[in-house]
Amino acid sequence: MKILVPIKRVVDYNVKVRPKADESGVDLNNVKMAINPFCEIAVEEAVRLKEAGTATEIIAVTVGTSASQEQLRTALALGADRAILVETDVEVEPLGIAKVLKGIIDKESPDLILLGKQAIDGDNNQTSQMLAALSGYAQATFASELKIEGEKAVVTREVDGGLQTISVNLPCIVSSDLRLNEPRYASLPNIMKAKQKPLDVIEAGTLGVDIEPRNKTLKVSPPPVREAGIIVETVEDLVDKLKNEAKVIT
Amino acid sequence: MSILVIAEHDNEEIKASTNNVVTAATNLEGDIHVLVAGSNCSGAKDQATKIAGVAKVLVADSPEYEHCLAENIADLIVAISANYTHILSPATTNGKNYMPRVSALLDVAQISDITSIESSDTFERPIYAGNCIATVQNSDSKKVITVRTTAFDAAQNDGSAEVVDLQESHNLGISEFIKEEIAESDRPELTAADVIISGGRGMQNGDNFKILESVADKLGAAIGASRAAVDSGFVPNDYQVGQTGKIVAPNLYIAVGISGAIQHLAGMKDSKVIVAINKDEDAPIFQVADYGLVADLFTAVPELDAKL
Repeated sequence: MKILVPIKRVVDYNVKVRPKADESGVDLNNVKMAINPFCEIAVEEAVRLKEAGTATEIIAVTVGTSASQEQLRTALALGADRAILVETDVEVEPLGIAKVLKGIIDKESPDLILLGKQAIDGDNNQTSQMLAALSGYAQATFASELKIEGEKAVVTREVDGGLQTISVNLPCIVSSDLRLNEPRYASLPNIMKAKQKPLDVIEAGTLGVDIEPRNKTLKVSPPPVREAGIIVETVEDLVDKLKNEAKVIT
Repeated sequence: MSILVIAEHDNEEIKASTNNVVTAATNLEGDIHVLVAGSNCSGAKDQATKIAGVAKVLVADSPEYEHCLAENIADLIVAISANYTHILSPATTNGKNYMPRVSALLDVAQISDITSIESSDTFERPIYAGNCIATVQNSDSKKVITVRTTAFDAAQNDGSAEVVDLQESHNLGISEFIKEEIAESDRPELTAADVIISGGRGMQNGDNFKILESVADKLGAAIGASRAAVDSGFVPNDYQVGQTGKIVAPNLYIAVGISGAIQHLAGMKDSKVIVAINKDEDAPIFQVADYGLVADLFTAVPELDAKL
């Protein structure tokens, strides 16, 4: 079984980002970048399937500038066998990314495509579902458990009311939720080995798909600020404030 | 031209999130139609006809729609999409699942999780866990949108819409429902509750959530949790409030033993009144709390329970 794992380079999850002063965008000067946490979970799941003997090859792929090679190397260090960078300077939206990935699926014919459910920058939660639509495959989103059973994947999904289990035909698209697994740390020897693994660079233009953005960001502003609150000394004070000042309990 | 709202329901009942999306749709121009796709869903259909502001309720009642499998629902929505300028759903796990599939099939971008409608093509939405608000203008001929339900009031239930039965069958046959483990609870749903009491890592284990239950019973509250508490296995995933869990905005949110990580704040900072109980006075949760109590939760919560 061949697994394709699309990943994304994003701002590290510990960074608290701010809009630029002129509100033209998000201020990303000198901030730490990392592999999107959900993508890391997807890589980990692929590696576990390979370790279990279910998968034979793991290909990591990303769409972005040459700086994204750093995150592909991270995926290689975690256990991916080879990587593909589809290079572009355009800030590609989920629909465009899905079109590029469909092009990669056509070239590589993977049996399973594992992605993170959401990138923590745009918080869109779209790419997996769009890729499923474009490839005509079934989708199992927000996965907290994945089992390959013959020609099907049995996936437990995190849904609003609890958990839902579905069975989908392979090839299929699976998007990882937080509790699918806990990713490992790359060991130093594996980080060194990753530098020798193949990393192909393809120009996005050669895939012949439309990646022009459909959305224009008019401005990026800070969220409304909450007024600073007060510290109460006792539970009695708290109950009194909630009853008589905030009037939210009776 | 009209606006299509996809109903969130469990076949028997319409979920309140549908009413929130109808209110969002009233900010656009055109008749509002609501699609109820399900199986044996006449209960949900009847309720949908009562949502104020809705002109038509379209019903697709067929076994392949019973569990809201994205493949079948998306094909149905695409098949009836021709006369709509806007297609909206709540940003629930169902809406997040089928709507991007709809977008890609229509070759349009999706605008996720909108919190405000500025005009027919311009919307506000939070990005970076709500640390920034983006105003985006979409150039597609059809707008596919998921709506953050906490940003819009629920439409009233005093309407009387016309019912249209759809004879649309869409079963791709590539996905199959196996089972569901849905928590049964007498408490209000997290996303619809007026009061929420949430526990974090400070709760130490699942058993200790019992002390929150007693307070919740007195306040008619829902119980939530931080990601740390869910990851540690204290409570199930459907309790999680945060950037990638549930987004809530109750009148009163009580955070107990929650430090206040960015991704948790993203899910609750629009609550009207926030109370934080934490023994660490430097915990970031105090920066968003209206009322902070620096105390050991295992003495403070039982005391709060006694005083209510």
